[in-house]
Amino acid sequence: MNLDQFIENFVDLFDETDPDTIQATTHFKEVEEWSSLVALSVIAMIDEEYDVEFRGDDIRSSNTVEDLYNIVKSRVE
Amino acid sequence: MAKITFHGVGIKAMSACVPHDVYYNKDLGYLIPEDEIEKVIDNIGIVERRIAAPDVTASDLCYKAACQLMADNDIAPESIDVLLFMSQTPDYRIPATSCLLQHRLGLPRETMCFDISLGCSGYLFALSTAFAYASMEGINRVLLLDGETFSKIVNRRDKVDWPLYGDAGTATLVERGDYGDSTFMLNTDGSGENTLKINAGMRNPITPESCVERECEDGNIRNELEVFMDGMDVFNFAISKVPKSIKQVLKETDKTIDDVDYLIFHQANRFMMDFFVKKLKITSTQVPYCIHKYGNTSSASIPLTIASELAGKLEGKHSLMMSGFGAGLSWGSAFMQMNDCKVSPVIEY
Repeated sequence: MNLDQFIENFVDLFDETDPDTIQATTHFKEVEEWSSLVALSVIAMIDEEYDVEFRGDDIRSSNTVEDLYNIVKSRVE
Repeated sequence: MAKITFHGVGIKAMSACVPHDVYYNKDLGYLIPEDEIEKVIDNIGIVERRIAAPDVTASDLCYKAACQLMADNDIAPESIDVLLFMSQTPDYRIPATSCLLQHRLGLPRETMCFDISLGCSGYLFALSTAFAYASMEGINRVLLLDGETFSKIVNRRDKVDWPLYGDAGTATLVERGDYGDSTFMLNTDGSGENTLKINAGMRNPITPESCVERECEDGNIRNELEVFMDGMDVFNFAISKVPKSIKQVLKETDKTIDDVDYLIFHQANRFMMDFFVKKLKITSTQVPYCIHKYGNTSSASIPLTIASELAGKLEGKHSLMMSGFGAGLSWGSAFMQMNDCKVSPVIEY
């Protein structure tokens, strides 16, 4: 898996946010559109695209998009 | 592994009763910013819910559903051998609510009654118990009453839980007859106990402190007698277990999803159910929903969905798949053959 593709999948979960404003280093919880419902769609996207189980604590402990990517990457065989 | 197959036992009739009072999620402005409400409603798929009055319990709703079922199908109280009450919102801590319902419904003293306690997965576990008793020599009819009033155990200032839950009571009559095989596969993972929990109990005895409302995670308010749910962990649990559980039952019964006429999910939230449908690549099977009208009614949601959406549609032979999941963690699916199941339309209390 690669980071650019992950960011693309992540950006797709937002409706109103300018895609160019989300990068690897973006603190995603500070994005205005971020909500608990977007968090569920992140879990769904990671299940669908990477077949990885992602828990609430994984989201809570992550700050940047790259943090999410690194957890997923560590669980992809 | 709990894989159970029953022969010649099935559901003869079903009914459901919801409270009269309608609560609209569009009125949740005090809890959710006005500009987000519409998006939340779209996502969870819950427009309105029924909330029981303070003096109305799950057993009241079940009582009315049971009376309707017995009237619509000419069921004599004396013909019922076992009464099961499935709920986590019983009338009292002691005695078991099923005993009160035996008396109230005028069932004979020879009726065996007991309560079953499980979360949103409860209907399938209780239904398998009803099927098991109905299969035994000496038992003819089992009446399963599944009802919940989560409105009484959810804080109205908890934005994770309050927009979701509604109240309902249901009745399911199980008996022996000309039914094809039914297969249940039921699962448990107690390592997830903290995902959905009310802390107060015998482990954490109730004190005056337990009743004090506190600000918890993300500004949600609750006391220790009220439900906590980690929405993200529940979601992860459900999407990783439910589609697999359905596939497992199909495999064990040598069926495909196209052999299923109706697939009934526990009505958790719309976003989650849409994800299941997508993941299972369902095309022809019909997936009824009633979550827009009644919200998440915990273990009552499967029989409520059938009463709400399939009343009059289960004449003749039909194959149903049901799938429930919730606190415990606990989950399961069942493939069931229906034969002239009489479903009464939902009534109000």
